[in-house]
Amino acid sequence: MKLRTALLGAAAVLAWAPAAFAERGTDGEVKLTFPQAVSIMNPYLSGGTKDIWASSMVLEPMAGIDPDGNLITKLAVEIPTVDNGGVSADMTSITWKLQPGLKWSDGTPVTADDAVFTWQYCTDPAGGCSQATKYEGVASVEAVDPSTIKVTFSGPKPNPYTAFVGALSPVLQKAQFAACLGAAAPTCTDQNNMPIGTGPFKVTGFTVNDTVSMAMNENYRDPAKPAFASAVIKGGGDAESSARAVMETGEFDYAWNTQIPPDSQAAMSAAGKGQFVVAFGTLVERLEMNTTDPSADLPEGERSTAKHPHPILSDIKVRTALSKAIDRSILVEVGYGAGGKPTCNVIPGPEAWASDNEGCIAQDMPGAMALLDEAGWKDSDGDGIRDKDGKKLSILYQTTVNPIRQDFQALIKDWWTELGVEVELKAIDPGVFFGGDPGSPDTFQKFYADVEMYANNSDNPDPETYLGQYQCKNAPTPENGWQGENINRFCDPMYDELHAKLTQTTDVAERQAIAKQLNDMVTKDSMIVVPLVHRGTLSAHSNALGGVAINAWDSELWNVADWFRVK
Amino acid sequence: MTDAAMPKPVSQNRAIWQQFRSHKGAVFGLIVLGLLILFVLIGPLVWVPEKLKVAEAIRLKNQGPSLRFPLGTDQLGRDMLSRMMLAGRISLAVGLVAMLIAIVFGTLIGVVAGYYRRFEGPLMRLTDMFLALPLIPLLLVLVMLFRDRIASVIGPELGAFALIVFAIGITSWMATARIVRGEVLTLKEREYVLAARSIGARPRRIILRHILPNVVSPVMVAATLGVAEAIITESVLSFLGLGFPPDFPTWGRLLFDGLQYMQVYPERVIWPGLAISLTVLSVNYIGDGLRDALDPRIRGR
Amino acid sequence: MLTFTLRRLLLAIPTLLAISLVIFLLVDLAPGSPMSEIPLTVPPDVRQRMIEALGADQPVIVRYVLWLRQFFWVEPATLFDGWFGTTWAEGEQRILSWQSRSPVFTIIGQRLPQTLTVIGTAYLVGILIALPIGIYSAYRQYSLFDQGGTLFAMIGFSVPTFFSGTLFIIIFAVWLGWFPTKYDTQLVVNDWDSFIKQIQQMALPVMTLGLANAAAISRYMRSSMLDNMGMDYVRTARAKGLSERTVVLKHVLRNSLIPVVTVIALGIPAIFGGAIITENLFGVNGIGAALIGAIHANDIPMVQTLAFIFAVLIVLFNLIADVLYGLLDPRIRYD
Repeated sequence: MKLRTALLGAAAVLAWAPAAFAERGTDGEVKLTFPQAVSIMNPYLSGGTKDIWASSMVLEPMAGIDPDGNLITKLAVEIPTVDNGGVSADMTSITWKLQPGLKWSDGTPVTADDAVFTWQYCTDPAGGCSQATKYEGVASVEAVDPSTIKVTFSGPKPNPYTAFVGALSPVLQKAQFAACLGAAAPTCTDQNNMPIGTGPFKVTGFTVNDTVSMAMNENYRDPAKPAFASAVIKGGGDAESSARAVMETGEFDYAWNTQIPPDSQAAMSAAGKGQFVVAFGTLVERLEMNTTDPSADLPEGERSTAKHPHPILSDIKVRTALSKAIDRSILVEVGYGAGGKPTCNVIPGPEAWASDNEGCIAQDMPGAMALLDEAGWKDSDGDGIRDKDGKKLSILYQTTVNPIRQDFQALIKDWWTELGVEVELKAIDPGVFFGGDPGSPDTFQKFYADVEMYANNSDNPDPETYLGQYQCKNAPTPENGWQGENINRFCDPMYDELHAKLTQTTDVAERQAIAKQLNDMVTKDSMIVVPLVHRGTLSAHSNALGGVAINAWDSELWNVADWFRVK
Repeated sequence: MTDAAMPKPVSQNRAIWQQFRSHKGAVFGLIVLGLLILFVLIGPLVWVPEKLKVAEAIRLKNQGPSLRFPLGTDQLGRDMLSRMMLAGRISLAVGLVAMLIAIVFGTLIGVVAGYYRRFEGPLMRLTDMFLALPLIPLLLVLVMLFRDRIASVIGPELGAFALIVFAIGITSWMATARIVRGEVLTLKEREYVLAARSIGARPRRIILRHILPNVVSPVMVAATLGVAEAIITESVLSFLGLGFPPDFPTWGRLLFDGLQYMQVYPERVIWPGLAISLTVLSVNYIGDGLRDALDPRIRGR
Repeated sequence: MLTFTLRRLLLAIPTLLAISLVIFLLVDLAPGSPMSEIPLTVPPDVRQRMIEALGADQPVIVRYVLWLRQFFWVEPATLFDGWFGTTWAEGEQRILSWQSRSPVFTIIGQRLPQTLTVIGTAYLVGILIALPIGIYSAYRQYSLFDQGGTLFAMIGFSVPTFFSGTLFIIIFAVWLGWFPTKYDTQLVVNDWDSFIKQIQQMALPVMTLGLANAAAISRYMRSSMLDNMGMDYVRTARAKGLSERTVVLKHVLRNSLIPVVTVIALGIPAIFGGAIITENLFGVNGIGAALIGAIHANDIPMVQTLAFIFAVLIVLFNLIADVLYGLLDPRIRYD
């Protein structure tokens, strides 16, 4: 009798535990702050990460990605695979099934038509959809029945999880956006700022580039969530002030993108109000070597083009020497602290995709000097700078204006000077550098310098598209208006061939092997890209906020429904 | 009534200098400015920091003041004293030259617009336009159009200096011009100017002898403000890639870089802040002394 | 004076049109593109389509004429429709920001209240502190008060707002915990508590900006007073037996105001232009923060509209200053 009661009691506790733990809307307000303010809540019209993360609290895709890089369901019942029949055996179609009873925050049901509409919305050529790559290779999206969506590809698609997966391609409500197709897309201000979604929150107020106010979505599919009754995202300021508002003054619960110097991180953590969290995706700070001659003496239109190979950096020995002279662990210590790790790879993660290349981690100054000697660069006139055939070993090294990057420039200049290389530094306004304006000499695509430094990443754990950047055809040239992603003008037919093979391969293990090989071809084999630091995204949350699980593969706010107030 | 009409017992320049010398603040300002200039010019020759390898320097980062590093070290273990001296060269040069350009240009426009009615309209509309132009796009356009061209003629460093001074000068003369014009408008209706005009003095002479000495005091204030503004603006320019290469420190940039370390290592912002304030303070006192010295009413006493 | 004012107002129209064209060309010529904040993961062809959807690939003159039409016809018509329920502007495209796709005037409307309350208060506080300091410093030149005032002013303008603002945050928000560091733009003032909250969150930005403004204005006031202090008319007034108070505050002050009026008139448009650094630092969503954000994102419609409104204010307030000169010194005539 006694035992029975105890068991019943335990069962009751177990059954009630989750509900007692979190009941919808009982934890008040959660306050987030972003250093860059939110401009628009429609991810299809924005490319800015700030907008996409904010909209992920409201709009949801079929499936998301968890911190380990695994697919998880959002609106879908299950993840379609070849095994469960969701993906056709020839990889030409994928079929998503909606969870039963899903409702938009306005109470109307979610149907397959909404997904079909979303596809039409983003692929309309006049709409200027910024996530168009997510729907690349999609031949059609059909509603098989009100809760089944079939996506058909124009050919076999080894990675079918692009459309409707992740915060970059959520489902829009057809009823709300019906009048916003094509050229009308930008004019739908109310829709773009206050989209109706299926996520745990709904927008209640939006001031452009300042504040997004949200309330819990009464129709969210999990009746126990979210724990917070409302949420607010305040934007503006800088990384420093955002971090301070969470870690020192406690005004906010969560701050995204709080990249500040390691010393300040330590000092702020000491205040004891919150903690920094870091997630490592594929973001790599790297040096890009120019394989073409950027000399100002060449006529405009021939500078930095394949017509003239680089007089110094065409030699792999020089490139290798420059990489060997760098001590990456010092760079991490100075610039990123816990938010970075030394790396030699363009694809540093997920682990299964990353090459085991670690040859560059240890600094090797004597080795670097020997290589330069071997290449014929010797200091013949005793001025401390190496030369060859009367030409000085002199390098212009450019990057954007950013305190950490300027520290990196100073350190790397010191090492290279020790090596006998003359280094001229240049820092450019990031808006100009990344702006891609063909009229400006300072864009990273034009690359009117010998070496440049910036960070880039893959927006998908599967790096197929990302690795595609280094194909010959993607080199920026005057003919294509300097629009291209192959910044180094790297051109190796073997690479192109192998990448073509990657796009055809469906077996995951084989794909990973090819990706590693491609990674090695642009890094250790050719030293065209010299990776420096694998950067994490550093965010901060208050000790009074529970449930945070930072994620580098999807929106950082992917599990905001699970957040709760620590009491 | 006007000093032109009075006999001169001593030469005017001499009198001005005597009055200036007797102004305690002015002498103090002159000495401080002189010391600052010595500090940045002679300092780097006297104080040569030890050459450290990167790995050694990093272990010495963010140190407080000591005998080895009188002003401490920065986040990369570099000696702050030698950086302050190098930075001062650029900041003082940019601050003083850019201020002079702005003041001379502004005063010229202001006097001409205030005195000659037919130039007033066009010049003041030009001033309005320069006031209205958004600064950052203007600077970015300047960089894009001129940086490489100037650099190819006079070299990258001198080119950067010329461009910075020009950019600051061209964007900060407008306030001076409007203030001077306002003063000239009332001065030219004063009795002594009317008197000078009625005896047939030429406009040039009236402007030089009667008007200019009387607009000195607002111009001096504008000059004082201008130095501080130019030093700070230089650091803003470097964010746009318009400034010197990133390995050239300037006071403005040191101040801005130190900002993120302000809580942990406050001395990192105190040194450059102090240097800028001292420069501005000394220019201000020199300006005060100059104003008093140029004012015949005070000089006579 | 009236004909002068009218003539200047008429003349302002072509001036402003010319200024608007210069601004447009300048902003268009500046390097950068509306795509500069789009992540590198978005490929070039998608970027190209986004630019086309914005209309940013049209020739500059086409975009300028479109902007003129939108600014001078569509926007006023929309405003008119909003007031009287007419349909003049129906189906017309308003000026849309490239960055946020929201109408530029909606954004300005959202931001004007903060600009006026925070930046406006700071300016007013600055003037109210500066004038007495300037007057008294001049009256007692080289006294302890004057030296103190000089030091205050020197620190005020040699220390940039990015420095003083951060310093205030560390002292008053982090150490003392008196004031918030981020401005809550959604706060509605409807009772005593929310009023106190509003005062608290305004304190830091107002202090930062007020200090900088007060420093400059007090110097002009002092120097101008000093110039007039030694004048013969002051001696005459004193000899007539007028009280010191009347001499200083009536005769000297009035004659010393011309440069001060100029400086203040130059400063008022700057209130609307906003205090870029301070707004950014404290998260006040004023117009300055919008302008700088738009410049960095190369959001030409937004930059152009704000810069033009700014130009209108500059022309207007400089005209007001000119009219005030005439009132302060009746000898000044514009014919």
